[in-house]
Amino acid sequence: MSELLTASMTDLSPWLAIPVALLLVLGGLITLIGALGLLRLPNFFQRIHGPAVFITVGTGCFLIASMLYFSGTEERPVVHELLITAFVLLTAPVTSMLLMRAAVYRNLRARNARNGASSTDAYQFPDDE
Amino acid sequence: MTVVLALALGFAQLCVMLALAFCAIRLLLGPTAQDRILALDSLWMAAMLFILLLGIRFSSMVYFEAALVIALLGFVSSIALAKFLIRGEIIE
Repeated sequence: MSELLTASMTDLSPWLAIPVALLLVLGGLITLIGALGLLRLPNFFQRIHGPAVFITVGTGCFLIASMLYFSGTEERPVVHELLITAFVLLTAPVTSMLLMRAAVYRNLRARNARNGASSTDAYQFPDDE
Repeated sequence: MTVVLALALGFAQLCVMLALAFCAIRLLLGPTAQDRILALDSLWMAAMLFILLLGIRFSSMVYFEAALVIALLGFVSSIALAKFLIRGEIIE
């Protein structure tokens, strides 16, 4: 096992090593569950929830673990991982919203095309709903 | 205690690798175009997480910049692809 450890990893104090290890295990499990949801759920609007979970919570766990670890090894507060946290938390909802709008648009267009709509009114909502 | 840390790190790397594999399978299977774009977006994010874990593994802060650039490029490419699905063109 010792060949897996770098020199600075061995002199991290146990009070930091335990929270870092717990956060790593939690983040790994959440990432696995989110990706499994992406693989197994039956339709697109259910599948989009899996990546949303691991992009927010999994990334958060790993970034907090990384901050604690480097604060321990560098012996100064290391907070630049907050940049990635802020960026991911800002951009993930935008991506999800645009993808969902694209999916709604395409479903609507396909259904109207099946009902015999021409190309000009393919984007219109049907009147009977 | 460091053995616990190394085991947790190995477990997390294994989980993220499996997540990368699942996203790649969905990217290949995905019945519709929006499924493939969603899988590609989560593939970017999982790759970013894997690079963060490599940074902890090798105790080097150089990996942080790579992870930041990957998160940025993933966002831009996902937005461009989603706009392409809606409009049929990216720059109007």
